Amino acid sequence: MHKEQFNSRNVNNGYYLVDIEDYPQDGWGKFKRVVRRTLRGELFVGLWVVLREMIKFDIHTIEYPLEKMPIGPRYRAVHEMKRLWESDTERCIGCGLCEKICISDCIRMDTRIDENSRKEVSQYTINLGRCIFCGYCAEVCPELAITHGGEYENASEQREHFIMYEDMLTPIDTMKAGKQLEFEGFGAITPHEDERVKKTPLAY
Amino acid sequence: METAYLIETVIKVVVILLIFSALAGIGTYFERKILAFMQRRLGPMNVGPYGLLQVAADGVKLFTKEDIIPTNVVAPIFKIAPVITAATAFMAAAAIPFLPQFTLFGYTVHPIVADINIGILYILGIMGVGLYGPLLGGMASANKFSLLSAARGAAVFISYEVITGLSILAPIMMVGSLSLIDFNEYQSGGIGDWIVWSQPVAFVLFWIAAFAETGRTPFHLIANDHEIIDGFGTEYSGMRWGLFFIGEYANMFFISFVIPLLFLGGYGDGSILGALGLLAKMSFFFFFFLWSRAAWPDVRPDQLMWLCWKVLMPLAVINVVITGFVMMF
Ligand code: SF4
Ligand code: SF4
Repeated sequence: MHKEQFNSRNVNNGYYLVDIEDYPQDGWGKFKRVVRRTLRGELFVGLWVVLREMIKFDIHTIEYPLEKMPIGPRYRAVHEMKRLWESDTERCIGCGLCEKICISDCIRMDTRIDENSRKEVSQYTINLGRCIFCGYCAEVCPELAITHGGEYENASEQREHFIMYEDMLTPIDTMKAGKQLEFEGFGAITPHEDERVKKTPLAY
Repeated sequence: METAYLIETVIKVVVILLIFSALAGIGTYFERKILAFMQRRLGPMNVGPYGLLQVAADGVKLFTKEDIIPTNVVAPIFKIAPVITAATAFMAAAAIPFLPQFTLFGYTVHPIVADINIGILYILGIMGVGLYGPLLGGMASANKFSLLSAARGAAVFISYEVITGLSILAPIMMVGSLSLIDFNEYQSGGIGDWIVWSQPVAFVLFWIAAFAETGRTPFHLIANDHEIIDGFGTEYSGMRWGLFFIGEYANMFFISFVIPLLFLGGYGDGSILGALGLLAKMSFFFFFFLWSRAAWPDVRPDQLMWLCWKVLMPLAVINVVITGFVMMF
């Protein structure tokens, strides 16, 4: 995919004026135009086009509750909490950045010091009724812990619709089976990141 | 004899009413499906197999919906207007021979309610009366857009009555009768006898006018989609709106019967094949109503008037004059 055509600001490129003849002024000219338009058979072109589509029967309908469109990996739907590939433990370190950045103030979290003197998330909820799915939380998260998932069917009976940490967390079986999907939207590691990392010079 | 005739007529009336009410419902199903297929959609799919019971669901909805009579409307006229539309549509059916006569249990049945000798005049007249449904409904609705739509509808109807009448005049001159049965017999000799070959202009003009008379899409000005509201039917709800709907679809079916009867040989010699032929021709014309709705945009009211008075009417008059000269010499 070349980007030149999108970056080009030279709008004259490839533009041309459509050849439209002047509207007839006198009666005879108007009459000739009517006759020409009448006999050109454009109505039949229209009829043929729709009949062709009916015969081809190339239906584009998706019967939604039964069938679903595949959605892109970058789609920003209900959040997910990831686990570490190495140890299967939760990635979230309880830094609170997501709570801080959330522009609709819908993340509520609490942390405590656990028995190993490590910070641990004790409470974590997102009010999906307020969330605008902007993706800032996923972008700011230093651990790639909170990401967006693909589950977009989240109807609720009331405006406040909370999702708990446990429901967002990748189930341990999925994790054990190696099926956890990484989010590719912003905040995620760009592909080939390893090749682009430069060693820090030790001179300074 | 008298009693038998009475019973037969009543049965025929009931059968026609039932069949065409049902057809009007199924017509909406076909319309949705065909329009959907032409636009690469599936149409109704959920109620019943392939959405076939959608008609029933719609019927239940129409029947059970609250019948709202808004304040400020002229209630008696508002209430009677949909009945006029539906009733006139069905009244026009009285003079249409739907099938050739056939014998059932040794009894000869004429599938026409009343073979009056002015059948065509009667049908045109009743269709003209059909105008009062939209007109009165729109005027009584106390709604500006309904009123506008009613005025537009009245203008279209009255203008195209002229085209219908004039275009059909030439075939009437040739046949020398106003009865649809006579028309059919005139053309019963086979495809070569069809009036469409000798009167192609009249056929096309009548067909165009049929779109205006039924208010179908290229001339769908009575319920103007561009106003995002349903024209004269805006204030109607429930079954009263349903009656307008049934009237519109019944009209489409009847016009689809009348066009082949007048121009395309009708049921031919009256054999089974002829009867099936008439049904096939009727289906084609009904299909064409849906087809053109998918393909063509609506025209503006002023274009419609221009088309009627400056193009179609002169053509129809010229056609009548030429037919007269040809018949004279
Ligand atoms: S997506 Fe945006 S609004 Fe929703 S929780 Fe994250 S930061 Fe807040
Ligand atoms: S930003 Fe990430 S690591 Fe920090 S609290 Fe939120 S989810 Fe946990």
